[in-house]
Amino acid sequence: MAIQVTDGNFDQEVLKSSIPVLVDFWAPWCGPCRAMGPIIDELAGEFDGKVKICKMNVDENSASPSKFGIRAIPTLILFKDGEVVDQTTGAVSKSSIKDMIAKKAL
Amino acid sequence: MKTYDAVVIGGGPAGLTAALYLVRAGVRTLLVEKLSPGGQVLMTEEIENYPGFPKGIKGYEMVDLFVEHLSSYQLDRISDEVRTIAHEDGVYRLSIADEVVEAKSVILASGARYKRVGTPGEELFTGRGVSYCALCDGNFFKGKTVAVIGGGNSALEESLYLSRLVEKLYLIHRRDEFRGAKCYQDKCTTHPKIQVVRSTVVDEIVGDPFKGVTGVKLSNKKTGEKSELAVDGVFVFVGFEPVASFVPAGLACDKSGFVITDCEMCTNLPGFFAAGDVRSKNCRQVATAVGDGATAATAAYAYLEHLHA
Repeated sequence: MAIQVTDGNFDQEVLKSSIPVLVDFWAPWCGPCRAMGPIIDELAGEFDGKVKICKMNVDENSASPSKFGIRAIPTLILFKDGEVVDQTTGAVSKSSIKDMIAKKAL
Repeated sequence: MKTYDAVVIGGGPAGLTAALYLVRAGVRTLLVEKLSPGGQVLMTEEIENYPGFPKGIKGYEMVDLFVEHLSSYQLDRISDEVRTIAHEDGVYRLSIADEVVEAKSVILASGARYKRVGTPGEELFTGRGVSYCALCDGNFFKGKTVAVIGGGNSALEESLYLSRLVEKLYLIHRRDEFRGAKCYQDKCTTHPKIQVVRSTVVDEIVGDPFKGVTGVKLSNKKTGEKSELAVDGVFVFVGFEPVASFVPAGLACDKSGFVITDCEMCTNLPGFFAAGDVRSKNCRQVATAVGDGATAATAAYAYLEHLHA
């Protein structure tokens, strides 16, 4: 399962992480986010120990999404050493997320 | 390599119905869906015209029910993208992510998606003010000003949804008259928050790299007059395109790329069927997708019986 992050622990869990982090910005009202949810959880299992897979509910957390200029969901942002290395908006397939991680984070 | 009697591509209403009919008929079936099941229904807030739900039903609730209906049957699933389909020696070979599977028959129910309007700035600001899903992104524009581009049912319906959230909405349509249903037209044209801008095209979506979208540049098609509106977001609803980049060579499609079938959902390729929004037709609704799915599954079953005879 993906780790739920909040504005409160975003620095610690994401920006200061020793391994790359993928954050899925989502909300319960968003259909494509619902469609992506199970895929994100599967990725958490597949990349265990190599890439931290997180979800942030933008309904409950507004500081981090606004810091990264998010105005559409689902948006996935890939972080490495506290920096944004890639991002994508809209529902995308599992293999394209794996490609993005392989190219930019590993 | 795994082999199936039937592979259903797409987990929207058409694909889920086709899969249901196939598994109930005892056909060895694989369902391939790029994401989780649902398709475009998940982008619909409320479905009010599907029989049996007189009070309407949320898009995601309907999807949950469709999925639950399938859950007690034996069905293989892959949640990833079909990359290519080759048709050789009467067999379809599908490459799905890193796997290859073989099928005697295929039901293509991959659906459609919103078309890009093709204006400068659109791609650059997608996700940063440009959106194709009011239900997903409307909340980011609470109390703000947005433009909606389009004139069909989707544009009108989504404008009405957005008008509940935003402060001001410009509905920009390239023609004089709207194509969408009269009941939506009346609601939009009289809505206090919606300003209709007719006979006008968007020349450019403008913004800055940090703030995202800040405005749209317009030209009036009748007078040639240029103008600019300050907006925080742009919602694009200018029609649909099929999701069919991976179909086998030789499959007959109309000039917009939608797959041509007969009334039994048969395409020009033997054993290859199409159902739902990906098909060339006029009416794209959950109700018609379900009908297409059932018809395609029945046709595929008859085809398989004939093969085995």
